Amino acid sequence: MRRKNIGEIIFKNLSLICSLLIIITVGAIFYELIIASIPSINKFGWKFLIETIWDPVAEHFGALPSIYGTLITSLIALILGFPISVGIAIFLAEICPYYLKRPLSFIIELLGAIPSIIYGMWGLFTLAPILQLKVGPFLNKYLGFTPLFQGYPMGVGFLTAGIVLAIMIIPTISSISREILLAVPREQREGALALGMTQWEMIWKIVLGNAKSGILAAGILGLGRALGETMAVTMVIGNSPQISLSLFSPGYTISSTIANEFTEAVGKLHLSTLIELALILFFITFFTIAFTRYFIIKRIERR
Amino acid sequence: MNYKIRKLINKIMISICFFSFLVGAFFLFWILGDLFIKGLSSINLSLFIELPKPPGVPGGGVANAIVGSLILAIIAGIIGIPIGVLAGVYIVEYGNNKLAWWTRFISEVLSGIPTIIIGVFIYILIVVPMKRFSALAGGVALSIIMIPIITKATEESLKMVPNSVREAAYALGAPKWRTIIKVVIPSGSSGIITGIMAALARAMGETAPLLFTSLNNSFWSLRLDQPIASLTVTIYNYATSPYKEWKSIAWASSFVLAMIVLILNIFAKYYARRKTYS
Repeated sequence: MRRKNIGEIIFKNLSLICSLLIIITVGAIFYELIIASIPSINKFGWKFLIETIWDPVAEHFGALPSIYGTLITSLIALILGFPISVGIAIFLAEICPYYLKRPLSFIIELLGAIPSIIYGMWGLFTLAPILQLKVGPFLNKYLGFTPLFQGYPMGVGFLTAGIVLAIMIIPTISSISREILLAVPREQREGALALGMTQWEMIWKIVLGNAKSGILAAGILGLGRALGETMAVTMVIGNSPQISLSLFSPGYTISSTIANEFTEAVGKLHLSTLIELALILFFITFFTIAFTRYFIIKRIERR
Repeated sequence: MNYKIRKLINKIMISICFFSFLVGAFFLFWILGDLFIKGLSSINLSLFIELPKPPGVPGGGVANAIVGSLILAIIAGIIGIPIGVLAGVYIVEYGNNKLAWWTRFISEVLSGIPTIIIGVFIYILIVVPMKRFSALAGGVALSIIMIPIITKATEESLKMVPNSVREAAYALGAPKWRTIIKVVIPSGSSGIITGIMAALARAMGETAPLLFTSLNNSFWSLRLDQPIASLTVTIYNYATSPYKEWKSIAWASSFVLAMIVLILNIFAKYYARRKTYS
């Protein structure tokens, strides 16, 4: 009897420790980032968030261009990617014939399996030239009166990064939305159809009506993915710390600033500011994901 | 509303949904097609057996980077698989408490934290104290990315194991821990293996956390305390270089990387179909 108990104690505690390790890791990430950002926080304070100059040579650092780039590229990604993702989810959950559901879902899942660096290669060598030579001039000609499409398209910039991100977040949003659509009870659909609704009216009023908060959450999780994406964006954003309304102009995001400058940061202060940028990104993504996950988990557990 | 108009709206909206799917599939085939055309045409034997050469010198390969990526994935697997699986076991088997809820919640949050932040974290935690970039640091960073994926998969598949199986083992006098190791985990193994494969594929495709943990190395290196080359970082360096030969090596390496990742994913899918219980 005794030996069995020892085995039980060891195994239970081992799995307990592994569980704790996950929580400790996230805590440690938070702690280390704060400690390492202290020099930067002391030097710049709150002004770091609104300062627009990023000049490593003069050791003058402001985070606003990076924050602006992160937000604007993610916003473009969401505007382009969210409707398409919801359309895909509806197609896969409601419309597509049963025997095609698995293979067609797999196609969209594969989109999520492609490594970020390959999205970057494709964005830089295939998409950027097309945007520079064809789409950019077209947008400039017909929409150039708005500040968004002014200037000469260079191929790389906010728009290119936004489009690549839009493709990258499609699998995230559509797979979560699809799960949520599938969770809507079958009887409600049958009832709606029996009352004489068309298939679309049933989807719109019954299925989406039931699933809208879940789909919203899926969108926010996709946004979280876009906010933190590094390699693909770094390769197509143009890497220039500036704030410009034009979507054609090159920019910087938090993650691409870190990716580009981290190994080249010579001064202690420069490194510390980059770590503070990482801390800001950690805050933004942690709270978006935590808020949404909490929201979704609560809802699903109540079902 | 008129019946005809309602029917028309129905058709239009359903076509829009179908069209959205086509857009998604179109981009997948465009990217993969591009990889095939540009990657396959630059693939040759020297890619797999030679070391990188300076630009201008013909030939040159990424043999060290392929091996480096494998080594990094192995380190990440050795650290990440047991932690991920055991944490999943804790959540399902011992998890009638607040801690299990928090583990699950934090692990889901961890899976969404940008990987570059994990790179910065490992830089502060391992690279600075060791005073050098190393394969070990890269592997640990990748293991942190793998853990939440494996935990989630383990949790999902152990939940599918019916309680009657556990009860049968208890009835035969097996203690809980032996029941879990001998009965519950094997019963859920297809789902766990799926998760491990998916996590390995994810780790092999990561670049950002390696930029300042394992860095890069243009020579053979099997030492864990030295910088090591990886496919992804090599692709990044070559693709952003101004040399034409290097760019074509980057395409060829991307093709190789995509094949590894896709094959791992397809294997994972295959295992997921062989569910013991459903």
